[in-house]
This record gives sequence, structure tokens and C-alpha cells, in this order.
Amino acid sequence: MPIGRRRPTLAEHHAALAHQFDDLDQQREASSLGMWVFLVTEIMFFGGLFTGYTVYRHAYPEAFADASRRLAVALGAVNTAVLICSSLTMALAVRSAQVGKRRGVIAFLSLTMLLGSAFLVVKGVEYAHKFHDHLVPGATFAFEGPHRPHAELFFSFYFAMTGLHALHMVIGIGILAALVVLSSRGRFSPDDYAAVENTGLYWHFVDIVWIFLFPLLYLISRT
Amino acid sequence: MSGYVLPQKTYYLVFAALLLLTLVTVEVAFFDMGLLNFPMALAISTCKATIVILYFMHLRYSSRLTWLVAGAGVFWLFILIALTMSDYLTRASLSVLGG
Repeated sequence: MPIGRRRPTLAEHHAALAHQFDDLDQQREASSLGMWVFLVTEIMFFGGLFTGYTVYRHAYPEAFADASRRLAVALGAVNTAVLICSSLTMALAVRSAQVGKRRGVIAFLSLTMLLGSAFLVVKGVEYAHKFHDHLVPGATFAFEGPHRPHAELFFSFYFAMTGLHALHMVIGIGILAALVVLSSRGRFSPDDYAAVENTGLYWHFVDIVWIFLFPLLYLISRT
Repeated sequence: MSGYVLPQKTYYLVFAALLLLTLVTVEVAFFDMGLLNFPMALAISTCKATIVILYFMHLRYSSRLTWLVAGAGVFWLFILIALTMSDYLTRASLSVLGG
């Protein structure tokens, strides 16, 4: 706060402005910065798995290529498209919140939830196929050829990485549901939509994780 | 600043670019380029991630502090993977010395 400017009294505060901030811009900046810091911890969270994957893919390239060919590229590609669509609807939901279109916020958040759920359904179908084909690591794991143990390792990474990603989607859909309820109660305004904005950041981050998972898991060796 | 409202057109353009790059990444994977397949897949994914971050996540219109935080995250991920692989990638060549 510049010297000489009188700090507003509580009564003079903008309704959406928390007491500790100078103005709405500073408040918005602080909330989005906090979300980015959280996303950096998420990068580290997934980063460990990506590093482990890199180490073992480098150690057993043929086994990883062989195992990767057992994944359904078509389903993975469709899911990538579904997730990109959901990122668009999420971005449009945030935009609707920025310009104060409540019905737009509710519609686009609901669409995002729908697309996120569609992603999880496709993922579930893929998991079911893997159980059916005995490709789930454990006692029943079956894989023809010389690469059995290391193919099992690939599928451990597959389930750990896509599973953790799917868990993030489930949490995201839960948050979206809460936002739809809050929005229908008129909780957000162009001055106060940090929750929508930050959920958008989270949702796009989860999209980015999948953008890397798709080629790394499904497209190792398709030539 | 996150308060910056982008025109809807920007979002649709980014969306189209992302779908196009997804198509490219699938097509390229079925095309044998030898050792180049893996770097190619990573490069396309990095492009997609970058436009998501810049436009969907509004980083292009955010403060320098936000840039710094996002950049630090990517940089630390780089350290995590690069330093780990600098070990695993050089073990074979060093085993001649160490026995």
C-alpha cells in the first residue's frame, strides 16, 4: 500500500475483498499464486513416477515396447480428445465466471464433469480388458514371450500412473460438483471467482499429465 | 493477471491446435523414424503442454512471480530426471574403470 493512502475501514471494504489485501487484483494474484505453488508440488508428485518410468524404460526397452503394444491406442487417443474437450469447457467456465454469466458457468462446469466422467468410463473399460487379459501385475499376470517379468514392471507403471491420474480426475469431478452447487447459489461474481479459476488450473494440470502419459505408455513402439 | 478476459476465439483456436497435435502424435508413432520416435513424441507433448499452460492456464497474462513459480516447477522436474539419468546412462561406460 503506497504511503499516504488511507487503509479502508472494514465497512468500506468491497464485499469480495478479504481484509488482508490492498485490492482485488492483489487478492486474485495471491490466490492464483498459491494454486501454482500447489501444482508445483503435484509436478514433483508425478515426477517421481515419470523418473522411475524413464529409468526402467531405459533398462528394458524391448520389454516396455512389447508390453506397450498390448494397450489400446484407439481408446487412449479417444480419451486424450475427451480430456482436451473437457479442458476447453473448463476454460470457458472460467471465462463465464470472469464475465459474470452464471448460467454459462453452471453449463460449462457440468459439461466438464460429464466429459471427465466419460474419460473415467473409457479408462474403466480399458482396466476391465487388462484384468480379462491377465495383464494386471500379480499372481495371475500372464505374458507370452521372453519379456514377462519386465512387461509386468511396465504394467505396474501403467496402473500406478494412470491410476494416480484417474484419482486426480475423481477428485476434480467432486470439486466441480461443489462448484456447480455454489454457483447455482450465486456464490461467484466477476470480482470473486477464485475457486473457479483455481479449479481450472487444477483441471488443466491433470490434462497436461495425461498429454504426457498417452505417448509414453501407449505409443512406445507402434511402427 | 488472471483477471484478464481472453476472447472466446482464443480458446477455440487452442482447442483445435491441441486436437491437431494429438492426431499428429498418433500418426507419427506409426511412422518408423528409428531413434527419433521418442524425442518426437516428447516434443509434441511439450508443445501441447506449453499452449495449455500459456492460454488455458493464463500464464501468458500472469505476473512474473507466477512465471517464476511455474518455471521453478519445470526446472526441478528437469533436475529430478536429468541427474537421475546422468547416473543410469553412464554406468556402463564407467564400469570399465570401477570394475
